[in-house]
Amino acid sequence: MALLDVSRLHKKFGGLHAVNDVSFGVEKGAIKAVIGPNGAGKTTLFNLITGALAATSGLVSFNGAPIQNRKPHQIAACGIARTFQNIKLFHDMTALENVMVGRHLRSRAGFLASMLHMPWTLKEERQIREKSMELLALFEIAAYADVEATSLAFGQQRAVEFARALALEPALLLLDEPAAGLNMHETAEIGKLITRIRDLGITVLLVEHDMSLVMDISDEIVVLSFGEKIAEGVPADIQNHHDVIKVYLGE
Amino acid sequence: MSVELFVQYLFAGITYGAIYAIVAIGFNIIYNTTGIINFAQGEFVMLGGMISISLLPFMPLYAAIALAVLLTMLFGAFLEICFIRWLESPGVLRMIIITIGLSILTREAALHLWGESIRSLPYFIGDEITTVAILGARISPQVVWVIAVCGLMVLFLSVFFQTTSVGREMKACAANRRAAILCGINTRNMVTLSFMLSAGIGALAGCVMSPITSSGYDIGTGLAIKGFTVAILGGLGNSMAAVGAGLLLGILEAFSISVVPLAFKDAIAITILLLILFVRPHGLFGSSTAARLKAF
Amino acid sequence: MKKLLPLAALIIVVIVIQKMTGWTDTRFYLTQLTMAAYYALLIVGLCVVMGYAGQISLGHAGFFAIGGYISAALTTINLIAYQDRLVIRMLDGFGLLVAGQDIYGDALLVVAPWAACIAAVVCAGATAWVLGIPVLKLKGHYLAMATLGFGIIIYRIVLASAVFGEADGISEVPPLPLLPGLTVSGDFGTREENYYIAWGMLIIGMILLRNLIDSRVGRALRSIHGSEEAAESTGVNTARFKLKVFVLSAVFAAVAGVFLTHYNGGIGPSEASVMKSVRYVAIVAVGGMAHLWGAMIMGVVLNFLSLRGVFGSYDDAVFGFILIVIMLFAPNGILSLNWRGYFRGLFRRSGNTEETGRAIDGTP
Repeated sequence: MALLDVSRLHKKFGGLHAVNDVSFGVEKGAIKAVIGPNGAGKTTLFNLITGALAATSGLVSFNGAPIQNRKPHQIAACGIARTFQNIKLFHDMTALENVMVGRHLRSRAGFLASMLHMPWTLKEERQIREKSMELLALFEIAAYADVEATSLAFGQQRAVEFARALALEPALLLLDEPAAGLNMHETAEIGKLITRIRDLGITVLLVEHDMSLVMDISDEIVVLSFGEKIAEGVPADIQNHHDVIKVYLGE
Repeated sequence: MSVELFVQYLFAGITYGAIYAIVAIGFNIIYNTTGIINFAQGEFVMLGGMISISLLPFMPLYAAIALAVLLTMLFGAFLEICFIRWLESPGVLRMIIITIGLSILTREAALHLWGESIRSLPYFIGDEITTVAILGARISPQVVWVIAVCGLMVLFLSVFFQTTSVGREMKACAANRRAAILCGINTRNMVTLSFMLSAGIGALAGCVMSPITSSGYDIGTGLAIKGFTVAILGGLGNSMAAVGAGLLLGILEAFSISVVPLAFKDAIAITILLLILFVRPHGLFGSSTAARLKAF
Repeated sequence: MKKLLPLAALIIVVIVIQKMTGWTDTRFYLTQLTMAAYYALLIVGLCVVMGYAGQISLGHAGFFAIGGYISAALTTINLIAYQDRLVIRMLDGFGLLVAGQDIYGDALLVVAPWAACIAAVVCAGATAWVLGIPVLKLKGHYLAMATLGFGIIIYRIVLASAVFGEADGISEVPPLPLLPGLTVSGDFGTREENYYIAWGMLIIGMILLRNLIDSRVGRALRSIHGSEEAAESTGVNTARFKLKVFVLSAVFAAVAGVFLTHYNGGIGPSEASVMKSVRYVAIVAVGGMAHLWGAMIMGVVLNFLSLRGVFGSYDDAVFGFILIVIMLFAPNGILSLNWRGYFRGLFRRSGNTEETGRAIDGTP
């Protein structure tokens, strides 16, 4: 059974059929990429899976349980984390604090307990802090822990967002254009990072434009065009797929 | 309820409704051009009435009104130039607080200028007991003035925005500021103009309603809230719908007197406001997708 | 330990001020300082909602009024005429009622102050919960208007209801006994006691809120303010958190309302007015939206000045003016301005070498 299963998903914006009858699955432990020309509906697809948008019709299931039309925080609680195309870090919070929010679902301290400074909350805070620092170190940005997140360099901000997503200890990680704005060297680094994440046992679904990255690390690829799935398969097949070539390069 | 009473209430409702609609249109004009909700909108109405009353001893009625409208328009421009123009992409919260502050200062200035007394312009035709017979009810001619003047303002505005080049430029600003700048439109002046226009129509409404409702330093806030309610009811930015929504609110309020105690009459507008915000924030005539897309 | 420094400093300052008013025979200042402390309690609660969770509330005076008015009404409305009704006898059975005599010597049966206090705060909290569910879904102008509308409705209700004294409000509100020996009352004899009660409440409130901000919850709130969409995706139930913090701030406001009402012995409709709500927002804005201490200090200082009548008839105008100036020049509060840089610049210009480590003629 696939970890994530998308079945006959539709999303309409008035007359625009942004996602049209899309179905595919993501196997546990795989790295799957969604590609397609601009406007193909990739980010809309992501938003549908993560609950940021409500589907017009269709099913999304995770570990066999339906998750479409759930709220984003509920979907996060199921074990799905995501990053954003335009990095969305929390303003006025340090890099460390950003990652610590990622531990939100793995901690319990509520309003009353926090206000009264119950001893167990202090211990929990220490654990959250330690785990978050570990993640920052994993991405080699531990030195910037106390810097305000949005003032960091672009690549470092990306790393913070990654760390924050991993802090959720997700089973599935959705990456929205992780290589956007990165140069060739940085893209290769990201590729290595993603494979390392997969080796940790996390399944990855990514949207990406950078073909070298996609062909390099993906186990499987789904191709969208104008909201429809036009191909799905291993990288070698996709590269030689007639419709895919047509959509990117024309006849 | 007798036909006569019904007509009486109806006209009262239409009168107030017309005023609310004008305030709402003032909100819309500024909102359309700048994305700002001008909490000080009600003060323009107040100023129109108060200034014209002060000028009356020195000149004929129509001159006092014209001058009051002009001065209020200048005041609107003053507010925009001093407090709004030089802000760089201010956040929504900041703008809300600034316009609230401006509303308070204007009101307090009015309090210190004119005191707490309530005054009014004289009736344009006849006096407070003159009536004309309309549909069997006795209606004051001032009511006709209010409805006529407000109606003419709405007409003037639609013509202005459709046909004149300035009007079209303002609409362009509202639709897409960047593109308007690229077309060579001086968007900063358009913003000032929108403030002046909103101030002007508010002031004129304030003058023409003064004999019926009286003017005092603090009538602005209540009008602003009702005007905002009407603007939201019709869909923020949609001035044609504001007219309909204004009449609706005015008539609802007028007829509510027969059902709820007078003290709660104002609460009706607010209750409607809250209901609309909770249920259909895009208004009766707006579209929800468009409302969600409007950046906040 | 370093964290406790500001708190310890505050406690010392509070005690010192009280002693000084004793020495300089200015004990009447204590009254305004007590009242200012209660207003500050509302303000720090509002600061958390506006500054940390990023939700504007233009109707917080409404919660203050709900707290004050309900407590006042329950402790002054004479139930003696209904003493045979089942409900009244049940309440009496639970020890919630208090018998006594009014100023004319007639028999009086009212709700016990502590019960009224709890009922009032619970009412305010419940109202905030019910109101918050739909209102907090709104954003920007819509949220501002909705909260403004709420505040006005409360104002209209207290102004128009006979049970709330209409334009005259409620007076003859009895003192509120807290603990054996500690009573909230306006008695001149208990001025020092009440001063410490008020400041004690404020300090406890500050501690609770400070703990909240530095915790997982505080981070979640700030993340909502930082990017609501990202916060949701990270697992923060934004709707729930916004609601809870809104209710918390309403509780703070209501407690302030209850205590101040019993201290003053009464409450009037002006406490529910729009101007009061705007005033509170202005103070939070000045103190710095996300600076709890800034909000507290400004809350105490500005309310104290206002209560002393320093602003005269320009009271409302002053707060309106403050709103505009702060929002124009220092939208993050005056504490966020680069004071250090400004002063350093001053020093440099006057030739002071210590700041820059250079000799006056510029050689290092």
